[in-house]
Amino acid sequence: MNRPGFFLALVRAAVLSIVAALVIVPLIATFLGGFKSVGELRASPFGLPPVWRIETYTDILGGPVFWGYIQNSLIISFSAVFLTLMLASMAAYIFAQIHFFGSKYIQAYLLLGLMFPFATAIVPLFLQIRNFGLLDNPLGVILPQTAFSMAFAIVLLRSFFQQLPKELFEAAYVDGCGYIGFFFRFTLPLSTPILATVGTFVFVQSWNNYLLPLVVINDSAGYTWPLGIMRYRGEFMVEWNRILAFVSLTILPALIFFTFTQKYIVAGLTRGSVKG
Amino acid sequence: MTTMTGSRSQLSPAARIARMHRQGKLTALLLFLPPALVLFTLFVIWPIFNAANLSFFKWSGYGAIDNFVGTQNYQRLANHSVFHQSLWNSVKLILASLFIQIPLALTLALLIYKKTSINTAFRLIFFAPYILAEIASGVIWSFIFDGDFGVSGQIATALGIEPFYILADRQFAFLAIITVVVWKYFGYHMMIFIAALQAVPDDLIEAADIDGAGRWQKVFYVKLPLIMHAIKLSAFFAIVGALQVFDIIIPLTNGGPSNSTHSIVSYLYTYGLAQLNVGYGAAVGVVLFILCMVTAFSYRRLAMGKGGAL
Repeated sequence: MNRPGFFLALVRAAVLSIVAALVIVPLIATFLGGFKSVGELRASPFGLPPVWRIETYTDILGGPVFWGYIQNSLIISFSAVFLTLMLASMAAYIFAQIHFFGSKYIQAYLLLGLMFPFATAIVPLFLQIRNFGLLDNPLGVILPQTAFSMAFAIVLLRSFFQQLPKELFEAAYVDGCGYIGFFFRFTLPLSTPILATVGTFVFVQSWNNYLLPLVVINDSAGYTWPLGIMRYRGEFMVEWNRILAFVSLTILPALIFFTFTQKYIVAGLTRGSVKG
Repeated sequence: MTTMTGSRSQLSPAARIARMHRQGKLTALLLFLPPALVLFTLFVIWPIFNAANLSFFKWSGYGAIDNFVGTQNYQRLANHSVFHQSLWNSVKLILASLFIQIPLALTLALLIYKKTSINTAFRLIFFAPYILAEIASGVIWSFIFDGDFGVSGQIATALGIEPFYILADRQFAFLAIITVVVWKYFGYHMMIFIAALQAVPDDLIEAADIDGAGRWQKVFYVKLPLIMHAIKLSAFFAIVGALQVFDIIIPLTNGGPSNSTHSIVSYLYTYGLAQLNVGYGAAVGVVLFILCMVTAFSYRRLAMGKGGAL
């Protein structure tokens, strides 16, 4: 390697390490912070804990609220994923498989959903959820989340379904398999990669969502974990060790999940952005 | 497909429907399409239209909606200094995204887009903040910025000065928010660039090598032009994203100190929803909607005019 090449490699390594440190250090400090006392945290926010206290963590894990938040979030996120995959793949299948008058217009109508964030309609959305009597009901979060994922999910699923070999349908149709039977017996089983991509993406969005549960759920028994974090922080104000431990426990499963599913997340992201 | 529609158009609509029914298409259509459409209409389209309607009323959320006030909500909005500040904050976020975040993401993408195991590890690290919930990121950084603990506390102790509470400082609080936004989302933009760079055909790079192009020439004359669509797309996402920042601001500053760090959405939440000023909140929503639409359409015009990825 020539001299400028070596110098550039050095700069490259330095840039990458610095940025990586900026990402990791706050996260590590959070995990470690949960093992410290408030005093230790104040003296050394980023260092290793002098004594590894696990009480803060075990208190939260054994406490009354933590698992409730996780459970509520899991119920909401899994339902949103299931409903989105179900409804969006059915609609996408129609667009991909059947040519009918108005198909283009309906698709354009659905594409409107890609254009704006749901914060724009949050006030009337709140009224709508209230009209349906869904305040303080997980469905009040699940249904709007599903509706707002619909456009993105249909776009991805439709383009995947269109790439499935046409001969397959023709053969099945001759053998007496109808449109609905074909969907369940062939289209869905053949589409697991795209279903995983869309599902993971919807899951992450639903799991992290704050504004919608904040508006819909008042009763703390129904809180999702982001609402739980804010409530916990309100309770313990300056006891940063507790707050950091709570945050660590809630983001740890997300980080593990992400490590295993990043393939799908990245696929959804880039597919969505290239074909969006 | 064109020939098919050609032969179909000779049939009357009723005959076409009858044929679709014989083929079993009609049943599939009537079973499969409506659920998605109904849900989408009820929770996406209808609220947007309702926002436009409600924004001309003064309503506390209960009882009859009969207090028509014309454009009064919009006038109040146009004259509210906190709203001006929130618009200005969005502009600052957009500028930071375009001139700090995207160049950073692009540089990193160029450094690590090739598929090696070390690059994969870096990619994983850089992308991690994007997966974290905004709320969790906000809480973590509010610790880092805390004058008694975190970084600023450490610096203050080291220098022997009074602790500095950056999040309570009118001048610097929003800078702190921008820092967290860049931290959270640069990996997302980097991933878009990496995907685009990996799609650049190898033979183009080889051709440039044969022509004797240097390292920088390859970057500026081959790679960057070829991923221009990804850069434009990323800029678009950055702008739309900046318009809807909310979750990060709540744990960091909650819009304070003295309402100096609101985003449009946190403004909407604080002044419209939390106080159930339905009409007022709807008006803010309409303004945000228009901003998103204008962005989307001008993006289509400017960036994708010559047949890009969209």
